[in-house]
This record gives sequence, structure tokens and C-alpha cells, in this order.
Amino acid sequence: MNPAEETINTTDYVEAPPAPKRTRMQEFRRTLGQNRLAGLGFIIFFLFFCCAVTGLVLTSGSKPAFDPSMVRLEEKLRPPLSKPNLKALRPDQVPVLNVYLMGTDDLGRDVFSRMLQGAWVSLTVGFVAVGISVLIGIFMGGIAGYFGQHHIKTVHILFFLCLIGGTGLIIANFTVIGTVILLLCPAYIFYSQLTRHGSTEKETPALKAMLHSNAVSVDTLIMRIVDIMLCFPSFFLILTVVALLPASIYNIMIVIGLTSWMGTTRFVRAEFLSLREQDFVAAAKALGLSTFRIIFRHIMPNAVAPVLVSATIGIASAILTEAGLSFLGFGVPPPHATWGNILSNGKNFIFDAPWLTFMPGIAILIVVLSFNLFGEGLRDILNPKLRERY
Amino acid sequence: MIDRRPTNDWPLLCVENLKVYFQSNGERARAVDGISFEVREKETVCIVGESGCGKTVSALSILGLIPTPPGEIVDGQIIFSGQNLIKLDEKEMQKIRGNHISMIFQEPLTSLNPVFTIEDQLGEAVKTHKSINAEELNRYCIQLLNDVGIPSPEQRLNDYPHQLSGGQRQRVMIAMALSCDPDLMIADEPTTALDVTVQAQILKLLRSIQQKRSMSILYISHDLGVVSAIAHRIYVMYAGIIVEQGNTDQIFRSTRHPYTQGLLASLPSLSKRGKRLYSIPGSVPNPAYKPAGCPFHPRCSHAILSCQDEFPEMCDYGEGHQARCPVLFKSKGYKGPNEMLKNTMS
Amino acid sequence: MESKNKNDHSILRIEGLKKYFPVRRGFLQKIHGWVRAVDDVSFEIERGKTMGLVGESGCGKTTVARLILKLLESDEGKIIFQARDISRFSEKEMKPYRKEIQIIFQDPFGSLNPRMTVGQCIEEGIRISGIKHASRRKERLEDLLKMVGMSPDSADRYPHEFSGGQRQRIGIARALSVEPSLIVCDEPVSALDVSIQAQIINLLKDLQDQLGLSYLFISHDLNVVGYLCNTISVMYHGHIMEFAPSEDIFNHPCHPYTISLLSAIPDPDPDKKWYVKLSNGPISDSDGVLEGCKYQDRCSIAETACRKDRMVFEKVGENHFVRCWKAAKNI
Repeated sequence: MNPAEETINTTDYVEAPPAPKRTRMQEFRRTLGQNRLAGLGFIIFFLFFCCAVTGLVLTSGSKPAFDPSMVRLEEKLRPPLSKPNLKALRPDQVPVLNVYLMGTDDLGRDVFSRMLQGAWVSLTVGFVAVGISVLIGIFMGGIAGYFGQHHIKTVHILFFLCLIGGTGLIIANFTVIGTVILLLCPAYIFYSQLTRHGSTEKETPALKAMLHSNAVSVDTLIMRIVDIMLCFPSFFLILTVVALLPASIYNIMIVIGLTSWMGTTRFVRAEFLSLREQDFVAAAKALGLSTFRIIFRHIMPNAVAPVLVSATIGIASAILTEAGLSFLGFGVPPPHATWGNILSNGKNFIFDAPWLTFMPGIAILIVVLSFNLFGEGLRDILNPKLRERY
Repeated sequence: MIDRRPTNDWPLLCVENLKVYFQSNGERARAVDGISFEVREKETVCIVGESGCGKTVSALSILGLIPTPPGEIVDGQIIFSGQNLIKLDEKEMQKIRGNHISMIFQEPLTSLNPVFTIEDQLGEAVKTHKSINAEELNRYCIQLLNDVGIPSPEQRLNDYPHQLSGGQRQRVMIAMALSCDPDLMIADEPTTALDVTVQAQILKLLRSIQQKRSMSILYISHDLGVVSAIAHRIYVMYAGIIVEQGNTDQIFRSTRHPYTQGLLASLPSLSKRGKRLYSIPGSVPNPAYKPAGCPFHPRCSHAILSCQDEFPEMCDYGEGHQARCPVLFKSKGYKGPNEMLKNTMS
Repeated sequence: MESKNKNDHSILRIEGLKKYFPVRRGFLQKIHGWVRAVDDVSFEIERGKTMGLVGESGCGKTTVARLILKLLESDEGKIIFQARDISRFSEKEMKPYRKEIQIIFQDPFGSLNPRMTVGQCIEEGIRISGIKHASRRKERLEDLLKMVGMSPDSADRYPHEFSGGQRQRIGIARALSVEPSLIVCDEPVSALDVSIQAQIINLLKDLQDQLGLSYLFISHDLNVVGYLCNTISVMYHGHIMEFAPSEDIFNHPCHPYTISLLSAIPDPDPDKKWYVKLSNGPISDSDGVLEGCKYQDRCSIAETACRKDRMVFEKVGENHFVRCWKAAKNI
């Protein structure tokens, strides 16, 4: 037979994906290329991160290269890019590169060094606060979304109330009453263990039935807590808490985190509600996987896309909140610099030394804008991938 | 090449060498890669093919409904009543849509606007293209609903889409498509989402409407059974090209392209019980990564060396039956689907 | 249906399965009525054989699948799997049985986790089946992929890179990873193209021959069911209307619903003229029928007697049962 006329296909056919494989790097580069603004936001964020880290290194220690707290009263309110008056300064007071890059403030401190120090604060506050809020939000949202229809019995609510009430009373020095209430809890546990196997009464007394009735579903409980938290004007709440607690950067971070988890909860819950009905979750259940594994290994990676977007925007918001707190004087105590308190300081000299206000103001603007752009871009990047169909 | 016979069977719609490409994600998907077909008066033409073959894109491009940032009509003409539809601008196309050419879609659930009543939606197309007062419109709508077989149409007019069943919604869509008495109706898989019994009723309805109104229907489908029930002529598409065309008898009794033969052979039925079902190996190529030469050759049991390099031309078997496979044309022997099964079982 | 004592032949037997969903209306969410999704369903699947469950959308076949897999709790009835009644098993008691019954889904797009690679997806099952060594697990993964006709380097790709048919193969590999004895196929080929359908049907058949699997094949497509299944149950609004071996369903259908279903299928054979025996009256898709035969609204031979009692299964042939007293009489 003419070799040109022989059939070329054999019957062995192995399935392969129809398109060649694209590495993660290629995909990432292409999506960033398409989304110019997001790319820009990412670059600025990266620069900011580098500044903050190097700033921390350069401004900490006993003899830092850029000293943010070096007071030079002779050099106060010098404009940016001005040369120092070498005759009036000691050798160790002369700034690096022999120029005040961003001028000096009313105590002669180098604004550039203070900005570097403040960058680190802003970064930490942003990430830690958002980290806390995201963790709480994912946890609460996941529980509400997955276990939503489970009900909590009245007995359990009473148990919990006794626990908290008892402990609270003990702390508030009402020891006797507090202990009595607290003791109700182990008593209940003991009682329920005893009667676990013996309850085959035909009539359950009304009280018992009421106690064992389904009071509220998990979803309702968590969502109402979210609603309550949302009722508080968060900035004033933060202000109040910060005013009561000892002033420290950690308290601020924790408080901001504890008051901004609500949005994340809602997103995660919404994603869980829709993902729970998908076939791949049913398949995982059919395989016999544990609930924990299904929630965290199977559903969660699909549910975090909107969380990432809101987290990046949340970082921007946390930085702004911290700046606001510092501006009002409730932030990190002096002499530690943050962008907020440089701004706050500068408001007294706004006509004499406008750079004191503009420098931190523009820096905050650029950082917040870049985070917002990056977050928006992330939203676009993450969305089509999930909906891709061949 | 289209056979332009100067008879009164001048085609109502004539598509020549249509090419529609999509650009996305750095890939150029050649969804429709040079197809030519025609629809004459009073006939039902079916375009059959599996998902990804480009049939829906072809239908949408007739009415200019392809979104133009990713999609683009790169080449070809669409001649309808003497005009090239590709060259018309949006305003002129709007005069044709709904009026001379209308379309019904696959998902009746999402094709009807959930916040408007049936009367609003039915009347909208009529009001756009004709001047008519409210009372006449109402009577016309009732008559339309009657024509499509919806019981108690007066009450149905005030219902919203979610109050109707899937079959009834599809009938409303058909009524909307008929409202301006079009010359051509394009139906894009209208019965795929419906149950078998409802599908049967809708197909019966389409057949009777076509006869009553002397309309032409361009029916897109993947279901060979449906196609055999209503088509006069059939075009089989694969990977953006037409691989076979002919009338229903020719396609089902003496098919001449390996793909069509494979499709027919792979239909399951009770009579094939106990024997292995023929299946075409492999899957439909990604429109951006089509094989060179004949796009079907990697899956074809008749493929020879030249199939990898040369793009096959249409071979004429007479009486309008053409197939794009020179290998089978040369061998001239007809292999029915069952014969094919025997030969490829090795 | 008589429950024959063939415990060694039947792998699954369902008796009187019921699942009702409450319809809640109003501000206080009071129960207004019930949707009787699955209403007194009984059938039997023999070991190594395939039973088809046919019906149109909304008839309850998917609910039956979920009840058998214990993804939903049934209200009444028995599910006897390998001679044990698993219908009231707790989650803990069900654990060893989870491996034995698996499911393949209809939608190839939703049935695979978009964030896990193919390999990770199948490995979830391999982990459960208790293989300890990582290298043996990798071997098993490659074996499974080969068994379903996929190349082994598909393991580190994501589901969205594959076509519908290929994803369905991956779903089958996942189901096989725990070595089940019964697989519930919930319309596995309905969303696939014709040429791919045939591939998957052949694959399922091959796997049944190779591994001795039993299938419950749910579909609305009578042709596929006729080709693949040994016995067929025809379901309508939660009731099984007819049960028979495949040849009998096609050659001697008794129930009016079965007859109308069969006639509605357009046959690509050009020699067969397509003549549709349609039912009378409008298609009602509400569950308004409370008493009597569920099909009375659409039935062409319905009488007043059909509106009174619940119909019972009547035997009309060897292993052939019909839930219609009139059809049974006419035989």
C-alpha cells in the first residue's frame, strides 16, 4: 500500500488538556500587564514595603544612620533640601548626605528620618490590624456559612451565660454569688452525663422541653452579633478604648482589628452559602472526609477571594485610622514618630512650614491610593479565573 | 462555493466565507473559520455540531450580536435580501432585528426579563417596528399567544415570566420572535433545556408555524434526533468549518464524512445493547490551538499523511450533497455507521 | 413490589423511601404544605448490574441519589446496602460505608474544586483508602488516571484547563479512588456532547466489567439508559411508575407515562417516522395532586377510579411491574 495512503492514527488515544500549560509566573505577569493600574498599585506597595523595612533598620538602635529623635534647636523649621548650618552643629548632629531631605520640624528633627520611622508603624498597624480582623472574620463567616442551620439549645445559652456571669462577678469581687453561679455549670454537665442514657420518659415536663428547645440558629446568632458590632461608630469606639487603655502601638492594632472584622464575615459567609451547595462539596462528603477538612481544605480556598480584596483595602483604611488617632493625640506616644503625629505637629506651623503637613499627607495619600488600586486590580484578576470555562 | 442557481429559490440568506475570530488572554480563537451556507425560502436549515464548533457564533454574527472587543468578523459576507449585513451600521441593523430576522435562544429562564409582564415584552417588538394602538396591540398579543398554543392567553398576558413553566416561556419567546412576521427565524438550541415531552411539543409547534407562515428557520442544535425531525437541509460543523452538507435523507442515510459517520455511530440506543458503542476518540480542539490541515485528522480513523498538511476542499456528491473529505471521496465506497464500527474495532 | 430474599444477589435494596420538603410561607415561616420529592420509592439493584432511573426534571431522581448516599436524611423507608439497613445510621456508623457507595455528578464544571489540582483532588480519596507510603500513593494516582484514559501529567493541572468530557473522567477517577462497590451516576453524560457521551458510556461499561461495579444510572435520556442498563425504573413526581428489564420497557411499555416518554424521543433513524403520542391537557408542574395517581392530570386513559386510591404495583410480566391498574388489566 502506498505509504501516503496509510492511516496514521492508532486506536490508542490518551486524553490530554487541549491547551499548553502556562506557568504561574506567565499568568501573573500577563494579568498585571492587562491591569495597568493594579500593576502600578502593586509596585508602589512594594516600594513602600521596602522603605518601611529599611527605614526600621536605618532609624533604630542607639546610633542610627537616620536619627529621628535628634533634636537640633538651632535648625528648627528648615525647608526641604536645605543644607545644614555646619558651624552650629556638632559632628554627630549633621544629617546623612549633608542635606535635610524633607526639612526639619519645630524641634529641629529631621523629617525624613521621622517619616521612615513612621512608615514602619503604618505598615505594622495596617497588616496586624487587618490580619486580626481577617482571621476573626474568616472564622466567624465560615462557621455561620457552613453550620448556619444548626440550632443552639436554650440550655446551652443559659450555660454560657452562667459561665460568663459567674466569672464576671468573681472578678468584680462578688465572690460568693459568682462562685455559686459558676458552680451551676459543672453541675449541669454532671447531670446531663447521668441522665444521658436513661431518658425514655413518655412525657417530658414542660420545663425540660422548653430548656431543650432550639433557641436560635448559629447563623442568626453570628449575624446579629455582626449587626450589633456594626451599630457602633467604629472610630469613636476605637477612640474610647484607646483612651481607656494604656497608650501603646499594640493596643491600637488589636483594637482596630477587633472592630473591623464584620465585613469579612459577611463576605465569607456569602461565599460559603453558595459553595456549600456545589457538587464538589457533596463529593467530598461522599468520600467521607471530616467536616474540618471539608471546610478548611476544600471550601475555604474558594471563599477567600473577596477577602483578599477587602483585606488590601482594609490595610489602607487601618493606616488612615491610625493616622487619625495620632493626629488627635491618641496614637503612639512621643517621641516615636508616626505619619499621623508628624501631621498633627505640623498643623501648628502650617503657614510657616507647610512641608510638615504636606510630606506625611502626600505619603499617606500615595500609600492608601496604591492599596486601593491594588485591591481593585486583585478583584479583577481573581474573578475571571474562577469563572473560566473551556 | 455556493451554487447560485437563478431560480426563484434565490436564497433568502446567503453566508459566504464567514470568519469570526476572538482575541482574549493573548490567544486568537478562530471560532468560525470560513463557512458558507444559505437558507432558502420556506425551508428549515439546521446547523449541527458539538459545543465549541462555532455554530452559535455563526448565528449571532448574522444579527451582529457578537461583542466586538474580543470578537471580530474578519472576513466574509452575509447577504440578506440583497444587503450585506456586515456592512450595515447599528441603526440599520436594528431595523432588521426582530422585524425581518428574529431569534430565539436556549435558556427561556434568562431570555425573558423577570420584571416585565408578558404583554409588555410581547408588545415591545411590535411597537418598535410598527405603529399600533394599545387595543389592537392587546388583541394581537392574544392572537400570538393562541398561535403558539398557550391556553387562556388573556390571563397569561398579565403574568410575569417566573409564573410560567419552562415550556410556556419558550412558547412566549417564539411568540415574541413571530410578532413582526419575520422572513427568517434563527433558533439557537431552543429545546436543549427542556424536558423531552415539552421538547416534542415545541418542535411540533415550530413545524406548524413554518408551514402556516411560510417562514424560514435556521435551527442550531447538537441533537441529531431533533435535527432529523425538523430539518430540510443540514450543515454539519466541526471546529469552525462546515464538514458536510445535504438534505436530511442524504445526511442520515449516506453520510460521507468521517465525523458525521462517527456521530451517528456513537448514538446509543436499545438496538446497540451488548455491542460496544462506537466513540470518536479524543475531544474537540481548542479554537486557539487547532491542528494544521484538516482539523478533524487527529481523531479520524481514515486520516492519511496528506490530511495533516492540506486543508481539505469540499467534494461534491451531487444534488446538493457535499462533504469535506477527499479520502472518502476517492475511495467512493459508502460505509454505513455499523460498517465503520467493524473496521475501527481493531 | 415483592421483596425477594436475594441478599447475596442484590447489592442495594430500597423499600418505601420517602422524603418530603416543607414549604414555608409567611412572616413566621409556617409550614404551608409539603413537596413530596420522593414518595414511596422501592427498587433493587443486583450486584454487578446497572439499574436505570429515568424521569423528567423535577421527578425526584436526584433526591433519590442523595438519599442513597446519605447526603440527605430520609423521612421514612429502608436503604438496605449489602444486607445492612443503613437508613438510620449515624455519621460514625456510616464512615466505613462511605467508601462503598460513590457518586458521579452531572455538571462537569461544578463537580471539581477549582482551587485544587487534579492530583490533589484524587489524592483526597487515596488518602482515605489507607495507603501509607507516598510513592505507592503516587503509583495509585497514575493507575487511576490511566484507568480513566487520562495522561498521568494531568495530575498537576487545574480543572479549568480541561474539557467537559475530560473533567467527567477525572470525576470518575475520584469516585474510583476509594474502591467502591456501587456508584450512583447522576446524569453523568447529559451535559456532554454526543461524541464524548459515547466515550464516557464505554468507559463506564469497561470499568464495570473490570472492577465488578454496580451502577445506579440516573438520566432523562431513554436512549442512553436503554443501551447501558439491565433494568429501568420510570419515575414521575416522586413515584416509580414502571419497573422492568430494558427490553421490556422499550418493546412492551405499559404505563401511559412511559409510552408518552418513548414516543417523544425523536429518532435519528430516517426510516422511522416520528409520531408523537402526546398526553392530554396542559403540562402541570405543580404538585397539586394529593390523592390517587400522580399522573392523572396528564393521563390519556385516566378515570374516576384513578383519583381515589394510591396506585400499587401490579405485576404484568417477568420482573415487570406497573403502577397503573388499567394498564395492568389491558395486558
